[in-house]
Amino acid sequence: MTAPLLRVRDLRVTYRGERGIVPAVRGVSFELDEGETLGLAGESGCGKSTVANALLRLLPRGTEVSGEVLLDGEDVLAMKPGRLRAVRWTEVAIVFQGALHSLNPVQRIGGQIAEAIELHDREADARARVAELLELVGIPARRAADFPHQLSGGQRQRVLIALALACTPRLLVADEPTTALDVTVQAQVLELLERLQRELGLSMLFITHDLATLSYVCRRTAVMYAGRIVEEGPSEDVFRRAAHPYAAALAAAFPVIGDPSFRKRPAGLSGDPPDPRALPSGCPFHPRCPVAEPECARVEVELWPAGEARRAACVRVLGGRS
Amino acid sequence: MSAEPLLEARSLHVRFRGRGGLVARAVDGVDLEVRRGEVLALVGESGCGKTTLARALLGLERPAEGEVRFEGAPIRYDQRFLRSYRRQVQLVFQDPTGALNPRQTVYEAVAEGIRIQRLPGDEEERVARALARSGLRPPERFASLYPYELSGGQRQRVVIAGAMALEPAVLVADEPVSSLDASVRGEILALMLELVREAGVTILVVTHDLGLAWTVADRIAVMYLGRIVEEGPAEELLARPRHPYTRALLSVVPEVAGMEPQLLVGEAPDPARIPSGCRFHPRCPLLASGEAARLGIEERCRTEDLGLAPVRGAAAGHHAACHAL
Amino acid sequence: MSTVAWARRRRALRQGIAEYRRDREGLVGIVVLGLFVLVACSASLLAEAENLRAITADERDYPRWASPGELGPLGTDSLGRPVWDQLVYGSQVSLLVGVAATLIAIVIGTVVGVVGGFFGGWADAALARLTEWFLVIPFLPLAIVLAAVLGPSLRNIVLVIGITSWPVTARLIRSQVLTIKERLYVERARALGASGAHILGRHVLPSVMPLVIANATLTVPVAILSETALAFLGLGDPTRVSWGSMLEDSFSAGALGREAWWWYLPPGLCVIAVVLSFTLVGRALEGVLDPRLRDVHAVGR
Repeated sequence: MTAPLLRVRDLRVTYRGERGIVPAVRGVSFELDEGETLGLAGESGCGKSTVANALLRLLPRGTEVSGEVLLDGEDVLAMKPGRLRAVRWTEVAIVFQGALHSLNPVQRIGGQIAEAIELHDREADARARVAELLELVGIPARRAADFPHQLSGGQRQRVLIALALACTPRLLVADEPTTALDVTVQAQVLELLERLQRELGLSMLFITHDLATLSYVCRRTAVMYAGRIVEEGPSEDVFRRAAHPYAAALAAAFPVIGDPSFRKRPAGLSGDPPDPRALPSGCPFHPRCPVAEPECARVEVELWPAGEARRAACVRVLGGRS
Repeated sequence: MSAEPLLEARSLHVRFRGRGGLVARAVDGVDLEVRRGEVLALVGESGCGKTTLARALLGLERPAEGEVRFEGAPIRYDQRFLRSYRRQVQLVFQDPTGALNPRQTVYEAVAEGIRIQRLPGDEEERVARALARSGLRPPERFASLYPYELSGGQRQRVVIAGAMALEPAVLVADEPVSSLDASVRGEILALMLELVREAGVTILVVTHDLGLAWTVADRIAVMYLGRIVEEGPAEELLARPRHPYTRALLSVVPEVAGMEPQLLVGEAPDPARIPSGCRFHPRCPLLASGEAARLGIEERCRTEDLGLAPVRGAAAGHHAACHAL
Repeated sequence: MSTVAWARRRRALRQGIAEYRRDREGLVGIVVLGLFVLVACSASLLAEAENLRAITADERDYPRWASPGELGPLGTDSLGRPVWDQLVYGSQVSLLVGVAATLIAIVIGTVVGVVGGFFGGWADAALARLTEWFLVIPFLPLAIVLAAVLGPSLRNIVLVIGITSWPVTARLIRSQVLTIKERLYVERARALGASGAHILGRHVLPSVMPLVIANATLTVPVAILSETALAFLGLGDPTRVSWGSMLEDSFSAGALGREAWWWYLPPGLCVIAVVLSFTLVGRALEGVLDPRLRDVHAVGR
């Protein structure tokens, strides 16, 4: 068995800012094989975007990071600045959310892609490569001369994908790449990502709150809550037969159209995701958990096997009651 | 459920003058009935005109042609009429954080409508009742809080309480949960259904989310580029969509199992440049696949505009606007 | 429940005061300002008005050009008038003109800004044109012409400064009103059936007031400087002593050449001190009151 492309071990990220100490990620471990797709699901503030940024050490100054992010066995967190710059974009690239803000509004899109290429390879024929990349993501090469505002939302997201692919990375991190898009456009972008992943043999870490989309795009999915992974397994299982009550509640927010059991019966949790600065004791989910037990307020359990290739962090799994 | 129309749009047109002098036909001839006691979902993608239609039904936008009727009579646009009309037809916003004045307490936000409408009786009691009805219990605990001290779901409850304090007949909810965290959405939807059941309110929910429509709606109307292209009972419409646009929309929703994804080409075109003929024809899979040519309707698709008509062989009340049907 | 709301308001006020007290520069400003106000209010106790009159030397036995050591705390001027008494009474004029002119400017500016921003249309177009017109014309020439036409008196000085310093305020208020008008909560009020007056009174004005107050404290120093400049140019009220007129007198009497620093330095330093402390107070208030800054604190997590 070959070593995984990416192995994250006990990653912890703590922000220190004006608003105090924020433990955003509290011990996250996962692996991603070459050519594999992993979904990272969770709601605002659960730490999923922090994980994405930590992979490339794109974190504000003064942030405390511990654990290991092994890319091909080499720890990103221990890299020297020069090596880190080389790895960024050529090995791992990110497609950010909010295409409108990630593109420079006063620069032609071709120029922005060329800039990324030239930063890493001065010799490259940037012009030809830009044309090739745009065609790859389904945008006519002549539009390289356009400014971002001349493109539609879906096209801008495609440009961001082309930008991420500029230096032929092996791992693509997609942070909510389709959240702001309409359903039909979202479908086009997902189809594009799927095709690229297949054709280029990319590995992909897909981050979103939308479990339904993950079940469609990724083979495996991990669900995060309050800075930790609470469930991990094949996407279809996590989405349809979640073992952790939080993952189940999140999945229930995406009803199966045509399934009468969802008609007129909206399911949801009371309360909001917790503030990472003031996490509840024990399992941080217990105040919102519909099946919490007295001990949940005291102990926070680790991820535990919950069936074939599945893990969940819940006392019910531990006790075989799920 | 009675079939009596409570709120209606009749051949409604709303136009905006856009940049470069082009006229955007945001709502381009809509006939729609919201029936007493039902939950109607108005579904469409961004730019299809669904929000403009909702605003026109609320009297916040003046139609260029056609009329909005409430309880059988056309609404008027003078201050007096609008004030009394808004007691009957209330709005729930997409973004509760923006919809609440950060300088007002929960009490003030809920009492505002009561004061504007000069409702008789004890104000504090009305506010407390509206808060309790919206699930903010006990009301005194929430009354003195400011919006930033509330969670997103609680803020949306305050907005709903502010609307319910007027005891309206209709709530128009524009994407009521899309700014909320996924796990919180169910609670707000459950509250809306409870209001229908217990307060007898009628709800028009405007959304892009077909899953939400499946969860709450009795009937669904699908809008594309300023027009309703299909409408019918929710179960019938989502189980057996007839219009090619609805079918394409449903096929790409990850929550629908077992449908061959049908990717539409391009994005929804500009309401300032509505295509001739059937407005969906440039993106229509029926035309692209040659199906329309086989049916001998290709020419009509390109040149002949059409309205909603009953779908043959479908349940009563299922209408669509497609030459192939 | 409304008593609860009032309790909350009081707490918000206390919080505001506490926040202000954390701003050290703002504290310095308010202390210095308090001293000047105290001096201006108790001028008759600290100095003698009689000493301000320009009378011949034989009626009074003060020497001319006396240095601080020779007579009084600050010496005398070219006519034998003690500088200290002028300085004390001058503070009255400077503060009065500063505050009164600011009041005029703020009232005009707020009305113009709110009317233009809120109602829009032709009213806004006309008011915006007027504002620009006043902004583009250089202040001094306009003020000089106005002062010359109206005649030199304290009231006219206040008027001249007031009607020339409102455009900045008007522009600021207008842009703030425009953003508030687009807020969703204004739309919500409209959906609840609110009239324009209700929206203006309940949502727009309360959101604009903090900005107005902060802006006012920043306009006062400009007005004081303007008064000084006008008085220095000889356009002030000849019957009243102000810091500006002191500077003018000392300059024209050749105090600079005689190195009579005790005559021109104190009024100069006082102008700087008052202007600076108003600016410090204004900036501190802005931090506490500005709704944009406050909203950020409140919403951010």
